[in-house]
Amino acid sequence: MSYLPYALAVWIFVVGLYGVVTSRNLIHLAVCLSVMQSSTYVLLLSIGYLNGATAPIFADVPKGTRAVDPVVQALALTDVVVSVTVLALLLALAIQVQKRTETLDPDELRAMRG
Amino acid sequence: MIPLQATVIGLVAVGALAVVLTRDLIRLAMASSLYALLLVVLFLVLQAPDVALSELVVGAVGFPLAIVVAISLERKG
Amino acid sequence: MSRGLRLGLFAVSAAGLTALLLWGVAGLPDFGHYRGPYGFVLNASAPGERHVTNVVAAVVFDYRGFDTLGEEFILFASVMGVALLLRDVRDDPGRRDDAMRSDAVRMVGLGFAAVLLVTGLYVVAHGYLTPGGGFQGGVVVASAFILVYLAGEYRAYRRLTPTAAVDVFEGSGAGGYAVIGVVSLLLGSAFLHNFGPLGTSGTLASGGSIAFLNVASALEVSAAFMLLFTEFLEELSALRPEARS
Repeated sequence: MSYLPYALAVWIFVVGLYGVVTSRNLIHLAVCLSVMQSSTYVLLLSIGYLNGATAPIFADVPKGTRAVDPVVQALALTDVVVSVTVLALLLALAIQVQKRTETLDPDELRAMRG
Repeated sequence: MIPLQATVIGLVAVGALAVVLTRDLIRLAMASSLYALLLVVLFLVLQAPDVALSELVVGAVGFPLAIVVAISLERKG
Repeated sequence: MSRGLRLGLFAVSAAGLTALLLWGVAGLPDFGHYRGPYGFVLNASAPGERHVTNVVAAVVFDYRGFDTLGEEFILFASVMGVALLLRDVRDDPGRRDDAMRSDAVRMVGLGFAAVLLVTGLYVVAHGYLTPGGGFQGGVVVASAFILVYLAGEYRAYRRLTPTAAVDVFEGSGAGGYAVIGVVSLLLGSAFLHNFGPLGTSGTLASGGSIAFLNVASALEVSAAFMLLFTEFLEELSALRPEARS
C-alpha cells in the first residue's frame, strides 16, 4: 500500500506508451506523449512527500513546522511548463507533416520520400 | 496513506486511461483538460501548491488551446 | 510488419518493462518516509538566509537558478522552432470575419480579460511570498490576451500583441535572466549568486535578486505563450480560403 503512488507513476507511463504505439493520429500521439511526461511529476512529488507535513511555504505557519521536500517541487514546476511547449512544437511538426503528405496517420508515413 | 490520497490516485489512473483511449480529437481536448484537473487535485493532496498552480494554468490554457488550434488546422489544410 | 504482430511484440515488451519498472520502484523508501537531507536543510535555512517565505521559489530562482536558466532557454528555443516551422512565406493574411456575435460573451469575456491581467500580475509579484511565481503568473497574463481573441475577434488580438513588441519582450526576458547572473559575477561572487538587500521576510521587498529573476522569467514565459498562439493563429488565417478576396 505504501508503494501505490510509485505504481501509479509506472501505470501512467505504460498506458501512455500504449497510446503512443497504437495511435492512428499524430495529434493523439503528441497528447499521449505528454501523459507519459506527467508520470514523472507524480513520481517526483511522491518521493518528496512526508507523512503529516505541510507545504514548504512559511507565510502563515511558524518557521519550524515539518514540510515536504521543496527541491522535487522545483523540478516538477519547470517540468510542467516545458511539457506544454514541447507539445506545441510537436503539433507544429504534425501540421507541417499534414501539409506535405495530406495525412496524419503514422502508419501511412512509412517511407521517407526525397 | 489517508483514504483521500488513495481515492485521488485511483481517479488519476482512470483519467490517464481515458485520455489514451479517446480517439475523437475534440473529445481528446476536453479529456486531457480534465486529466490535468485531476492531476491538480493530486498535487494539492501531496502538499505541492506551486506545482498545482503550474499544472492548472497549463492544463486550462496551454493544452486545450494548442490541441484545438491543431485540430482546426488539420480540418482546413 | 503487420499491425497485429507489432501489437503482440509491444505486449510482450511492455510486460517486461512494467516488471522492470516496478522492481526498480520497490527499492525507493516507503511513501511518506522521506529520508534525504536536502529537504530538511533547505526548509530550515532558506527562510533565514534569503528572507523569503516560499522556499520553492527560493530553490527555483536562487539555489538552483542555473536550472531555471536552462529551462528559460528551452522555452525560447521551442518558440523559435515553432516560428521556424510555421512562419514561412505567406501571402497577405486577408480579412477574417470571425468577430464574436453574442454581446453577452463579448462583454463578460472582455471584462474578465482585465481581471485576468491583474490576477496574473499579482501572482507574479507575490511569487516568493505565497504559491505562485514567474511561470504561473506569466501563463495567466498570456491567457488574458488570448481571452481577448476568444471573446472578441482576431484583429483586436493582433492589435494588442504586435509581433515586434512581443519578440522584444521575450528576448529581454530570456536575456535579462542571464544578464542578472552576469551582474552577480561583476559584483565578485558566483554566477547567479544572490545580491542586493535582503529586506524583511514576508513583504514584497525581500529576497534580493530573486525578485528580479522572477520578473524576467514572467516576462519571458508570457511572451513565449503569446508568440506560440500567434504563430498557430497566423497559420490558420493564411489557410482559410474565404479570407482571400
